[in-house]
Amino acid sequence: MGKGARRHPLDKVPLEKIDNYMWRIPKYKPGMRVPGMVFANESLLKKMLTDRTLWQCTNVTHLPGIYKYAVTLPDGHEGYGFPIGGVAATDYDEGVISPGGVGYDINCGVRLLTTNLFEQQLRPKLAQLTSAIFKNVPSGLGSRRKDFRITAGDLNGLVVKGVQWLIDRGLGWTDDAEHCEERGCMKNADPGKVSTTAKNRGLTQIGTLGSGNHFLEIQKVDKIYNPRTAKVFGIEQEGQVMVMIHCGSRGFGHQVCSDYLRVMERAAQKYKVALPDRELACAPGSSNEAGDYFQAMACAVNYAFSNRQAIMHWVRQSFQQVYHKDPEKFGLKLVYDVAHNIAKVETHQINGDKKKVWVHRKGATRAFPPGHVEVPADYRSEGQPVLIPGSMGTSSWVLVGAEKAMELTFGSTAHGAGRMMSRSAAKRKYWGGDVKAALEKRGMVVRAASAVVLAEEADPAYKNVDVVVEVSDQIGIASKVARLVPLAVVKG
Amino acid sequence: MGLTMDRKGKFEFLEHTADVYIAAHGTTLKEAYENAALAMFEVITDTDKVSPNDEDSVKVKAEDEYALLYSWLEALLVKLETTNMLYSKFKISNLEETSDGFRIKATAWGEKFNAEKHTQKVAVKAITYHRMKIIKEIGKVTLEFILDI
Repeated sequence: MGKGARRHPLDKVPLEKIDNYMWRIPKYKPGMRVPGMVFANESLLKKMLTDRTLWQCTNVTHLPGIYKYAVTLPDGHEGYGFPIGGVAATDYDEGVISPGGVGYDINCGVRLLTTNLFEQQLRPKLAQLTSAIFKNVPSGLGSRRKDFRITAGDLNGLVVKGVQWLIDRGLGWTDDAEHCEERGCMKNADPGKVSTTAKNRGLTQIGTLGSGNHFLEIQKVDKIYNPRTAKVFGIEQEGQVMVMIHCGSRGFGHQVCSDYLRVMERAAQKYKVALPDRELACAPGSSNEAGDYFQAMACAVNYAFSNRQAIMHWVRQSFQQVYHKDPEKFGLKLVYDVAHNIAKVETHQINGDKKKVWVHRKGATRAFPPGHVEVPADYRSEGQPVLIPGSMGTSSWVLVGAEKAMELTFGSTAHGAGRMMSRSAAKRKYWGGDVKAALEKRGMVVRAASAVVLAEEADPAYKNVDVVVEVSDQIGIASKVARLVPLAVVKG
Repeated sequence: MGLTMDRKGKFEFLEHTADVYIAAHGTTLKEAYENAALAMFEVITDTDKVSPNDEDSVKVKAEDEYALLYSWLEALLVKLETTNMLYSKFKISNLEETSDGFRIKATAWGEKFNAEKHTQKVAVKAITYHRMKIIKEIGKVTLEFILDI
């Protein structure tokens, strides 16, 4: 047995069952300002009890200015500071901002494209198309496009303007920005608050997929649950081909997080914020330190939106290369782009009052309801599209945000499957070559830069995303629109 | 005991669900820091295929020994990402405590990543403080830390 599996000297976290999907962690120890609230069914909760998820949820309740409760979503698992699948809202004036509530991969997120092709039309060219994408979208160690090099000045422009910067340079279509969270650009970005190290890391990695759980998949619509909403999102029929891109802000965002964890550690001492975990370091939202972080974070958010925009552009180009037709002929419209790791200023109804808050979403998807002004105009009658990627080779989901999310989870839902098995256990159990063969046997095309990643990302290593989505749907914080299954997988 | 003892007892990979959990060993703090760096590059590639042909100097400072481990590994990670260098050998020539914290002066040996020669394993996103431990015993130092990948 490994050391990590040994029982650690942490207190047992008490839980009160509210209903089949909600469990309260009462204020059971000093320092907790609010309770914790876990949204999960019994089996997902059992899994959370095997690591530090609930202990971390309890730690989050210590943040000054936190409202209502610290949220743990159905896909919750142990993270750094916050659990992954964690949401917390703190008062805009009296509360704190914590980089640990966003995470290292700032604006790690997902974007989804529709096409007007069907599986049978694509099949003959599927392998060729996947190879073209694998070649056009850099993934894996040190990989990048020779024709896409940007200067330090360009990078500053890109992180301020977000996806529009790329659209202006021909990497995208005019209406792409409209279908991104924040319209692909957080307004308060200031590259002056980003270190040279972060920028240097960013310069070498813009327009690259990365490795680990990041992926690009060609998928098909497997089942439509809500035909009206699906149609509004451009999902017309089962069998329709889609493309999903899952990646983040690369070294740029990681370095911003790392730099500001240090700043916040000093700030926490300066402002006398007592915290149970170094990774929760934070500063009052009104302080210079927090202001600087928020401006630097916005740069990383825009970097990630742009990263996915560039990758999408090369996906469209790949269709063109393979079929010798304009990409517009295949639809290839952007359904939506959502962030999974982000902090935002939002207004929420709390105990009957409207409050301006800092919402931290760490491994959580915004899930705004119909009618919300932040939902793109053409989707507003339905609500915001919520994109939840599954693990490699399993289903991914399109959900739609709902009013209940505003009541229960500060307008949020789960973001993915969440690991079940450690990477070393997955590697002992699976071998990359076998994983690839098993996926191929199921008719999938696989292109991966690393065999190790294939073994570590083998799908039994993850919780079943369908269960996570079912719980979200049952609670009503985001409801099912369509399930997607992969036809081809591209991994770093 | 950890699960896999690697590279003649220099480090081992411990169990952790989401990420990579490492215990690096040494007879001194310096040696443990060196082995922590080797472990990190073992996550990224097979370090025995990385020839120590080129050398780079690395200098870091930090307020305490924990932050020093963090900064030391981060400095190497930044070198990898910005210059494509993989390292397989590390020597900390100087580790000193100053009035404002700790300082490391070190040399790292390796070569540029070459897809034909080197194995690609997993990219490391960041070093973390989560579960970080520095355990000092007589004649033995163990560093435990988690890499976000």
